[in-house]
Amino acid sequence: MTTLTPVLTKNWDQPDAFTLQGYGEYAAARKALAMDPDAIIQAVKDSGLRGRGGAGFPTGLKWGFIPQGDGKPHYLVVNADESEPGTCKDIPLMMANPHSLVEGIIITSYAIRANQAFIYVRGEVLHVIRRLHAAVREAYEAGYLGTDILGSGYDLDLVVHSGAGAYICGEETALLDSLEGYRGQPRLKPPFPAVAGLYACPTVINNVESIASVPSIIDNGAGWFAGMGTEKSKGFGIFSLSGHVTRPGQYEAPLGITLSELLDMAGGIRAGHRIKFWTPGGSSTPIFTDEHLDVPLDFEAVGAKGSMLGTRALQIFDETTCVVRAVLRWTEFYAHESCGKCTPCREGTYWLKQVLKRLEKGQGTEEDLTTITDIADNILGRSFCALGDGATSPIHSSVKYFRDEYLKHFEIGGCPFDPAASTVWGDA
Amino acid sequence: MSVNPKAQEGSATAGTGYPPEVRERLERDAKEIIGRYPKTRSALLPLLHLVQSEDGYVTDAGQEFCAEMLGLSKAEVVGVATFYTMYKRRPMGDYHVGVCINTLCAVMGGDQIWDELSEYVGVGHDETTPDGRISLERLECNAACDFAPVMMVNWEFFDNQTPASAKQLVDDLRDGKEVSPSRGPKRLCSFKEASRVLSGLPDGLASDGPAAAGASLEGLRVAKANGWTAPAKGDDQ
Repeated sequence: MTTLTPVLTKNWDQPDAFTLQGYGEYAAARKALAMDPDAIIQAVKDSGLRGRGGAGFPTGLKWGFIPQGDGKPHYLVVNADESEPGTCKDIPLMMANPHSLVEGIIITSYAIRANQAFIYVRGEVLHVIRRLHAAVREAYEAGYLGTDILGSGYDLDLVVHSGAGAYICGEETALLDSLEGYRGQPRLKPPFPAVAGLYACPTVINNVESIASVPSIIDNGAGWFAGMGTEKSKGFGIFSLSGHVTRPGQYEAPLGITLSELLDMAGGIRAGHRIKFWTPGGSSTPIFTDEHLDVPLDFEAVGAKGSMLGTRALQIFDETTCVVRAVLRWTEFYAHESCGKCTPCREGTYWLKQVLKRLEKGQGTEEDLTTITDIADNILGRSFCALGDGATSPIHSSVKYFRDEYLKHFEIGGCPFDPAASTVWGDA
Repeated sequence: MSVNPKAQEGSATAGTGYPPEVRERLERDAKEIIGRYPKTRSALLPLLHLVQSEDGYVTDAGQEFCAEMLGLSKAEVVGVATFYTMYKRRPMGDYHVGVCINTLCAVMGGDQIWDELSEYVGVGHDETTPDGRISLERLECNAACDFAPVMMVNWEFFDNQTPASAKQLVDDLRDGKEVSPSRGPKRLCSFKEASRVLSGLPDGLASDGPAAAGASLEGLRVAKANGWTAPAKGDDQ
């Protein structure tokens, strides 16, 4: 049986966890600043840490792509634009434990030889932004940021930058454009940010949880981190359970834990109901059903079953939920957030929304199912960035697992479900 | 949508710019913000939050101010301001109330909350009540799904809402009662005050409120109850 492994969440129940006093001194940063920067990159490679923002790219490898001795400024940009539907781990992490992120930023910036770092945080989380500003100020006052940090001769400045409401800015190159003061639209790659990122200089962009995990790796060793998780998905991660579960919340566990195990810890599906469908890692990851409760939640096993681990955002829906309604709403989200730069995504999400609206009202035909899968086929792999690909995940997976439910809508000329039954209070 | 008397109330009106004393204060703040960035244009999003904190929305004068401070054309500023949903094109209420209607919150009751609240308040998406007190917004996911259904007021968390609690919340805001976010400062600040924090000028309230609460702590509670921890340092050797 897999058990929970609180590391990043370990101090969240302490009232002063978000202060420097509550967090404690930056022992890992102190240790790192006495190391050779390349040794830090090697340690993170050895740990097996893979990006926690969804894509799972090996973090140390990404750092290793930064050209050294090129005479250009290097930048670290933390992607704190957490906006993927269902994803709710970085926001409580930064609210409760912002110093783990700041300490991780110091170590990472030193490793990639950056003297300027940014936290790009979504704007809609005011108190989290306050906590970040306060943590950065405390770190400056304690000499962990600024010039000659801890007498090492290393300088680092860190700016907390608030976004302004745009899901697309979670895409790393759109984030860079936004941080440079432009509309947040993705850039053509290559060049990759490691070569030409912020201000056309070498830039590492990492998710909050990835960077916040770095101090624990430096402190405890790469082997300690790699000792958790599965063969190719090492370490721990925060699993966010939401929806029709008895005790939704943040469960920090080794990668490879199953939804069955997590549900046992969370008190199961809400009383008197059974699971119908769920997302393993946010709305951009194809949905799973009750067939997949024992799939190890790591990058490989989830991928082998046709979905993606994503951000471990486990949105759980029971049998009262209409899958067509859920997919329509996600599709409306993608249409709303499409940046408009490329045609397949801009036009495709718009038309998906139109057809799905008709389907949900029971006014569609079986041909419409072909239409939406055709549109999705023409978005997938043909869009400028991953937003378009993500928009097709709910479409393809819901038609695959719940075709009959779509058909039922036409048969009866409406939605067979009562939305009131799905609500928190509808069950009372 | 109703005509909002506050539209004319801001310190800036289109074409005339800010009065000198306001301009001087904004310039001081703007220069501090611009100084943090290696390249000045990076300060555009923060400056748009700053002018929104002055006027309650992004006014013509505010955009002109941003353009002047950063050496941009006004068209460049408008092009950016119109891309982001948090920059409002018309006056919002003192309390900007959002209801999450993305899939998970919608299913858990957000749709019903929105329908009932919108009817109760009498305004729709991105609209403001005639007295300028309350505006409503249909929100996309706000990263608090374990607290569904979620509402936000001036970008503070109001967790685990119901139609009744939502209406009560709006009544309390209108009546000037003290309202506390679920995870945030004891006193809810105004939309303008919130915008100032977003521009990068903190208000000193960071230490208010809990580190974490409710669902955020469920996993840690389970771990503690079972005596589960991460391996100790050196366990791998």
